[in-house]
Amino acid sequence: MHITIKYFGQIAEVTQIREESFKFSGNLVSELLDALHLKYKDLKNKDFKVAQNQELVSGDVKLTGDDIALLPPFAGG
Amino acid sequence: MKDKKPMKPVFKEGAITSDFIGNSIYKHQTKTNIGAHNIFLGQVRADDINGKIVSAIEYTAYEDMANQKFHEIRELAFKKFDLTCMHIYHSLGTVKAGEICLFVFVSSPRRKVVFKALEYIVEAIKADVPVFGKEIFEDESHQWKVNS
Repeated sequence: MHITIKYFGQIAEVTQIREESFKFSGNLVSELLDALHLKYKDLKNKDFKVAQNQELVSGDVKLTGDDIALLPPFAGG
Repeated sequence: MKDKKPMKPVFKEGAITSDFIGNSIYKHQTKTNIGAHNIFLGQVRADDINGKIVSAIEYTAYEDMANQKFHEIRELAFKKFDLTCMHIYHSLGTVKAGEICLFVFVSSPRRKVVFKALEYIVEAIKADVPVFGKEIFEDESHQWKVNS
């Protein structure tokens, strides 16, 4: 499947893009993250959370095909 | 959209001005069941980080998710506290040191409620809303802000 992945803040600095359509055949969020770590080596030094369809998810959650976002630490206010 | 009620716009481009804040207070004079307002204003600090001074913060957000989270915080606050009304405004883009980047305004018939409600809302915004802040130094280098 093709998953839309969004990058923000310092994560977007690592990926050099804010959004991409990523072709992926795995099932779990953690598997997708493994693939992204291979593509973007500097991700390993970064702290981030993952949202699927705008809700935070852990690695053992199944991919639904909805948008994934990599969110660095929040800094609102 | 996951809820039936329409979401109120929260984000504003650039700093939140004292005119805007003053006008917002003025607009509540017709709501005479209110006996107490409480206001939180977040201001950009000129932090000194290893000898470099923060001159501005450039805010970005995952806007769709952030709007959803603001909406959830709002709905939950109305459930938890006896509030007459609530307004939240957050800046996007560049806000200079000394300028206001967050404006939270709660109103109720009675004072005790607004103290508790305001703290609850501000803490929830800091913890749950995907807003990101790039601290720009006077020499134009930057680092990424993290809420503590």
